[in-house]
Amino acid sequence: MTPLDDPDIVRVLTAEGTFAPTPQAERYVPLIEALSDTDLETFYRDMVISRAFDRQATNLQRQGQLALWPPSYGQEAAQVGSIRAARAQDHIFPSYREHVVATIRGVDPVDIIRLMRGLTHGGWDPTDARNGNTHVYTLVLGSHTLHAAGYGMGLVFDKRCGTGDPEQDAAVMVYYGDGASSQGDVHEAMVFAASYQTPQVFFLQNNQWAISVPVATQSRAPLYQRAAGYGMPSLRVDGNDVLASYAVSKLALDEARAGSGPRAIEAMTYRMGAHTTSDDPTKYRTSDEEESWARRDPIARMRTYLEGRGASETFFEGVDAEARDYADDVRVRTNALGGIPVDTMFAHVYSDRHPLVEEQRQWLADYEASFEGGQA
Amino acid sequence: MSAEVLPFAKALSAGLAAAMDADDHVLLMGEDIGRLGGVFRVTEGLQARFGEQRVIDSPLAESGLVGTAIGLAMAGFRPVVEIQFDGFVFPAFDQITTQLAKFTNRHEGALQMPVVIRIPYGGHIGAVEHHQESPEAYFAHTPGLRVVSPASPNDAYWMIQDAIASPDPVIFLEPKAKYWLKGEVDTAERAMPLHASRRVRQGTDVTLVGHGAMVTTLLQAAALAEAEGTSCEVIDVRSLSPVDYGPILDSVRRTGRMVYAQEAPGFASVGSEIAATVMEKAFFALESPVLRVSGFDVPFPPAKLEGQFLPDADRILEAVDRALAY
Repeated sequence: MTPLDDPDIVRVLTAEGTFAPTPQAERYVPLIEALSDTDLETFYRDMVISRAFDRQATNLQRQGQLALWPPSYGQEAAQVGSIRAARAQDHIFPSYREHVVATIRGVDPVDIIRLMRGLTHGGWDPTDARNGNTHVYTLVLGSHTLHAAGYGMGLVFDKRCGTGDPEQDAAVMVYYGDGASSQGDVHEAMVFAASYQTPQVFFLQNNQWAISVPVATQSRAPLYQRAAGYGMPSLRVDGNDVLASYAVSKLALDEARAGSGPRAIEAMTYRMGAHTTSDDPTKYRTSDEEESWARRDPIARMRTYLEGRGASETFFEGVDAEARDYADDVRVRTNALGGIPVDTMFAHVYSDRHPLVEEQRQWLADYEASFEGGQA
Repeated sequence: MSAEVLPFAKALSAGLAAAMDADDHVLLMGEDIGRLGGVFRVTEGLQARFGEQRVIDSPLAESGLVGTAIGLAMAGFRPVVEIQFDGFVFPAFDQITTQLAKFTNRHEGALQMPVVIRIPYGGHIGAVEHHQESPEAYFAHTPGLRVVSPASPNDAYWMIQDAIASPDPVIFLEPKAKYWLKGEVDTAERAMPLHASRRVRQGTDVTLVGHGAMVTTLLQAAALAEAEGTSCEVIDVRSLSPVDYGPILDSVRRTGRMVYAQEAPGFASVGSEIAATVMEKAFFALESPVLRVSGFDVPFPPAKLEGQFLPDADRILEAVDRALAY
C-alpha cells in the first residue's frame, strides 16, 4: 500500500481527473462546490504559470545565472490549493521551495531570483503590503515554524484572532517539509502552538525525499499522526489534488482564525525535480517511482477535470501563452539584474549605529579608493 | 536625585518593571519566571503585577523560547527572554546566531529585532555542571548581536531598560555572583549610554580592565596594590559588542600598562580581542605587552576547583607585577 492508498486521505479528484471524493473528503465537498468557474480556472492558471517560472529558473541556474535553484515542479497543487485558501490578513511563513505560494501572495518572482542569484539574503520586505504578509525564505530547516508560532502568540495576545469577525481575524500559515519535520524546532513549535492555542496551520508538504533520504527513514509513523501527540487536529490530503488541498486548508485556516487553535495538514506530494540544482535524484530514486508520480501530475489532473466541465481549448491556449510571457519576463529581468554596491555588506547589520561596522565600512571605502581610478 | 540601595537582582527587577510600565508590548518569557519569579527571583512579583500574558511561564524549550520571541518581535512585541542558566543557552544557539542576529540584515533594514536574551553567567556560586559558564565570546563574535554585561545594581537597572529600548537584539549577561550585591541605584537619571565603558577607579601605574563579576575582583586587586604602592586604574567594559575603546585607550595612554581579567577561557576571548585592539591603537604608549588573566582553556571545572580556575585578586596582582617588570 502506498501512502496515497491511505483510506483516511482527503481526495476529491482521482489521478485521472474525475470528481470522486473519498469518504474523508465528503465534509469538504460544499467548500469546493462554492468555488466559481473563475476560481477553478485561477487554480489551473496558477499551477501552469508557476511551473513555467520554475522551469525558467532551473534553466537560468544551468546557464550560470543563479547560484542555486530549489525546484517546485510537481508540488504546484499543494501550494496553490493551500495559499488560495488564505485571506489577505493572514501571515505566511515559507521555507525555501514555496515559490508558488510566494508569487501568488504577490512577491515578485525576480525577488526570489535575487536571493538565489546571491544578491540578497532575503529578497523582499514582508512588511510591504505588496508581498501579502509573506515572510522571507528560511534556509535553516524548521527554524521558521517557531517564528510562525511566535507570530501566532502575538495574534492571540493582541486579540487579532478569535473575535468572531472573519474580516479582521488573522491566522498564520507555515510551510515545511518531511525532512524539516525531523528537526527539534518543529517539535518545539508544535508545543508552543498548542500551549498558546495559536491561530496557526502547519502545512507539511511531504514530497517523499529529504534530499536523498526517503521519508521512511525519517518517520516510522505517518507524519500527520504526530500532531495528535500535541493535542492538535490533523489530516492527510492528496497534495497533488488542488481542490482537496484548497478545501482542507480553507477549513483549517477558518477554524484557526476563529480561535480553535492550531491545526496540521500533511499534503502528500512529490518533487519531480531534484532537491536543488546541486543534487542528482537518479542516484537515490528509481524511474519507476518518478513515473508513478508523473501519472498523478497535478496540472494534467486539473486540466482533465476542467475539460470535463466544458473549459474551452482557447482557455488552455491562453493560459499557456500567459505562462510563456511570464517566464520570458523573468528571464529578461534576471539578465538585467546588476551587481550590488560593496557598501551593502555593511548596511543593516544593526539598526542603531555600531562603531566597528562603521569603521570597517570606511576602511574598505578608503582602501578601494586608494587604487588608481578607485574601485569603490 | 532619587537614589536607593538595592541588591543587583532587585534593581534588575525594578528596571524590567519600569520598561513594562512604559510599553505594554514589552513581555517577559522564560522557564519558571512567573509564579516562582525565576530561579534567581529576578522576576519575582512581576507576573502578579502584569499578568500571565506579559510574564510567561514558557514550556521548557530554549530554542522554542528564542524562536517564538523572534515571531513575537515580528508581530510588534519587545520580548525579554530569560535563559535559566548560561549552559542552557546552547539549545537556543541556532535561533540566536542564524536567525535573531541576522533578521535585520536579511530584511535590508525593513524589520527590526528588539529582543533581549537575559543570561545569568559565570562562576562563584559553587554550582554543578552547565550552571557556571562564560559564553560571551560566542555572542560577541556574531555580527548583528549586541552584548552587554552590567556589573553594578545601578547599571542593572538602567542597562536592562536601554537593552529593551534597543531596536537590535541584545544578549544581556548577568553576573550571577553579583545578584546579591547591594549598591546605590539612581532611578531618576541614567549615568551613561548602554554601550559606554566606564572608569570605576582612578590610578596611574597600570590599567585593569574587565567585565561582569570580575570588576569587583579588579577593585579588590587595585586596593591591595595600593597598599603596596602601585596605583591601578580600573575600567568596567560594560559593553562587549560594540566595545567603547575611548576610556580604555585614554587610560592606557596615561599608564602605559594594561591587564585584562575575565572568567572565560582566554583563547579567542573578549579579553583577547580588546588586548589586540589596544596594542594596535596604543602601541607607542605601551611600556609592556597587554596581559590577560583568564579562566583556563578547559571545561569549567567541578565546583570544588573553581577557586583555582577563576582569576582572583592574587592572580591579577601577579600579572600587574609582570607588567611592571618590563
